[in-house]
Amino acid sequence: MASTSKERTLTVRHFPVDENPTTNYLNATKGLKSWLTTVDHKRIGLMYLASVIFFFFIGGMLAIALRLELLTPAKTFIEADTYNKIFTLHGAVMVFLFIIPSIPAALGNMFLPMMVGAKDVAFPRLNLASFYIYIFGAAFTIYSIAVNGIDTGWTFYTPYSTKTGTAVIAMTFGVFIMGFSSILTGLNFIVTLHKLRSPGLTWGKMPLFNWALYATSVIQVLATPVLAITLALLIMERTLGIGIFDPALGGDPVLFQHFFWFYSHPAVYIMIVPAFGIISELIAVFSKKRLFGYWFIALSSMAIALLGFLVWGHHMFVSGQSTLSSVVFSFITFFVGIPTGIKIFNWLATMYKGSIDMKTPMWYAMIFLFQFTIGGLTGVMVGALSVDVHLHDTYYVVAHFHYVMMGGTVFAFLGGLHYWWPKITGKMYKEGPAKIAAFILFLGFNVTFLPQFILGSQGMPRRYYNYVEQFTTLHQFSTVGTWILLLGFLIVAVYMVQSLRSGTKASSNPWNARSLEWMSSSPPVSENFAYTPVVTHGPYDFHKPLAEFQLGLAESHGHGHHETETVKTSSTQEA
Amino acid sequence: MNFGNFFLPPQKSTIAGEVDQLFNFINLVSAVILLGIVVAIVFFIFKYKRKSENDTTSLVDHNTTLEVTWTAIPLFLIIYVFIWGFQDFMKMRTTPGDSYEIHVTGKSWFWEYTYANGGKVLNDLYVPAGKPIKLVMTSSDVLHSFYVPDYRIKQDVVPGRYTTVWFEVMEPGESVIFCTEYCGRSHSDMIGKVVALEQSEFDEWLRSSGGKPEDMPLAEWGEKLYTSSGCQACHSVDGSQIVGPSFKGSWESARQFEDGTSGVVDENYIRESIINPSAKIVKGYPPVMASYDGLFSDEDLSAIIEYIKSLK
Repeated sequence: MASTSKERTLTVRHFPVDENPTTNYLNATKGLKSWLTTVDHKRIGLMYLASVIFFFFIGGMLAIALRLELLTPAKTFIEADTYNKIFTLHGAVMVFLFIIPSIPAALGNMFLPMMVGAKDVAFPRLNLASFYIYIFGAAFTIYSIAVNGIDTGWTFYTPYSTKTGTAVIAMTFGVFIMGFSSILTGLNFIVTLHKLRSPGLTWGKMPLFNWALYATSVIQVLATPVLAITLALLIMERTLGIGIFDPALGGDPVLFQHFFWFYSHPAVYIMIVPAFGIISELIAVFSKKRLFGYWFIALSSMAIALLGFLVWGHHMFVSGQSTLSSVVFSFITFFVGIPTGIKIFNWLATMYKGSIDMKTPMWYAMIFLFQFTIGGLTGVMVGALSVDVHLHDTYYVVAHFHYVMMGGTVFAFLGGLHYWWPKITGKMYKEGPAKIAAFILFLGFNVTFLPQFILGSQGMPRRYYNYVEQFTTLHQFSTVGTWILLLGFLIVAVYMVQSLRSGTKASSNPWNARSLEWMSSSPPVSENFAYTPVVTHGPYDFHKPLAEFQLGLAESHGHGHHETETVKTSSTQEA
Repeated sequence: MNFGNFFLPPQKSTIAGEVDQLFNFINLVSAVILLGIVVAIVFFIFKYKRKSENDTTSLVDHNTTLEVTWTAIPLFLIIYVFIWGFQDFMKMRTTPGDSYEIHVTGKSWFWEYTYANGGKVLNDLYVPAGKPIKLVMTSSDVLHSFYVPDYRIKQDVVPGRYTTVWFEVMEPGESVIFCTEYCGRSHSDMIGKVVALEQSEFDEWLRSSGGKPEDMPLAEWGEKLYTSSGCQACHSVDGSQIVGPSFKGSWESARQFEDGTSGVVDENYIRESIINPSAKIVKGYPPVMASYDGLFSDEDLSAIIEYIKSLK
């Protein structure tokens, strides 16, 4: 890919980072209006960040309520109807309002443009529009909670979802709207990565976080419209009775599952691939080493993104789809497992003979490796046809996807949040409490979800309000785990707030990283860079002096009192 | 190597042992891989701990032999696992020709079984042991899923079409049936059991087709029908409100209906409410009960009426 580029000679000079700029993106303009009308990708990212953290809190509280109800086999404190609504909302809020926008829209918005040396995304106004569309969609889902809730499960399977008396239309319409936010963000990122990379920043020098977001964006743009169509059909089914899913009118309820998973399986990669990107950054920086197998990691994300479109039927082995379909879907599913597994080996090989600094983000990266490996290996288990027949729709599956989504993505998100916290806020957090919290979260997560693997293999079905006595002990372990998790998140909240109020000032590059977002002040100035960055080295070339990562185009009619030099760059684009 | 006692339910069908072998194999290989990764992480963290900010590290960023190895071994393993899972899945999906057929209908929230002789029973499925059983299944409302953990079998039931599943129980005994496709309020109470009998006992059971034993009082038989027919999922007998009105103290009580009329709980009202539940909907309750028309004999209906009478 990179070999097709042509060489150019550029006149550059060193631009040392101004550690104390007079203004930064947080205080350049003031007042609520300046935030609500901002087109600065960092401010939009920060608003996304606040929103997804808010919805994570809501979704988390719902989870605490679910686990509390499951403390005893029969009723603990809420009715069956309430329980059914809460598990539906927990799933819908966590998937559509938290995890899908979490890494791309919040952290991605902030750092994807900076990491290619751009001043903003390609379409800043569209970026703001995406945020408002997201908020508008979120408002609909909150409205659905206010009017009677919804009790279908986040999967909205027909025909139950066309028959139940709850607020299915409000919720699905909200998700329908949020889909557009996802599509537009993806589109914005794709164009930004193609058109706004700095001189010298070839695809092969792009940080892997950006590669991961590129793959994610492709899925967002291609898959989300299918979800929109599916939900539109569901709404029409309920309001107009068009009969596409209703067997009484000649429809097919299983067709809904095909449509739904055609989006929602690729959506799993929308959720996990950005996490891979963060982990690649963390392991390289905190091992101070070039990533082992850069091209493999970069291109395997793309491969996973494309193969991910061909495996949706593995959610449906016992749905009544044909035996042949199940066999084919199982076969392809295993081939997604290979590139994913190899990434783990690549990350480990990166640490080999590295210079490993166990700062908090690296703790999260290591916890990710452990938990995501379990999530991946149990994915092989449920991909195996005969075993899945037993495990499908049991707690085993619940545990499996929580190991991927929470143990993987949420822990990577936390790692990324700590890693970029100094850049976002300009303040350092305290390493001591942060490491304690990371350990408590690790403990809480595993106490919550490891017992669920055993519950599932013993036959405990998911979405059960009551359960048979024999499962009580394991359910109680799991519930206690959520309390440990709650404690961990509480500690994170306390020291993060403390850092905002009185944290020590962060330098521009506290981790001694090499990618471009660290070559601007902390917090960055509004335009990110006062010059056009020129890239001559790879993002993980820690053996090269830092100054060589702070080069920018020398102004052609320059003032002459700066030392300039010329560099040859291979470039795939015009400045 | 068998973790069966802790991780898995008892193996009571002919396929269960084969499924468990693959389950155990994947667990074993996974445990080895996970252990290797954890050891590597911990070892690297201590061995390559950062000594100073000026540490220099190796620039090696690929190694073809290593990469081919760690691609080839997992590739071999997953193809092996795929084939193994595929072969057992084909056994599950290939119904033996001499299977004994039973029709199953999932309804919110109970299971209805129809035998070749026209006999119908609810929730508790009676089958002969040592003989392949084929279930031909459908749903009368939403999706349900027929799951017997002891047999390692599961199959969704779908309205408007038939799905099938087969199994062969090795020994007489009982196993729980769960519904594993979310179906609404009483999803988790849609529980039945398979009762596997010796062929001779099964034949005898089939002849009497689950009717009331000669010497059992009507009210006691009514109580048995109450628990075995799914009534308990929605109607309590202790006064608590579940989905429908409680049976406790309901006999001869006054009822207000959704259409504004009213009535008294008597024999005819109970009979009508079982056979045609939507005829009169008690105010404040959802019209969700499925019809039991044709499922109860006159004697069964009398027994349920007597049982409700006894719940003062």
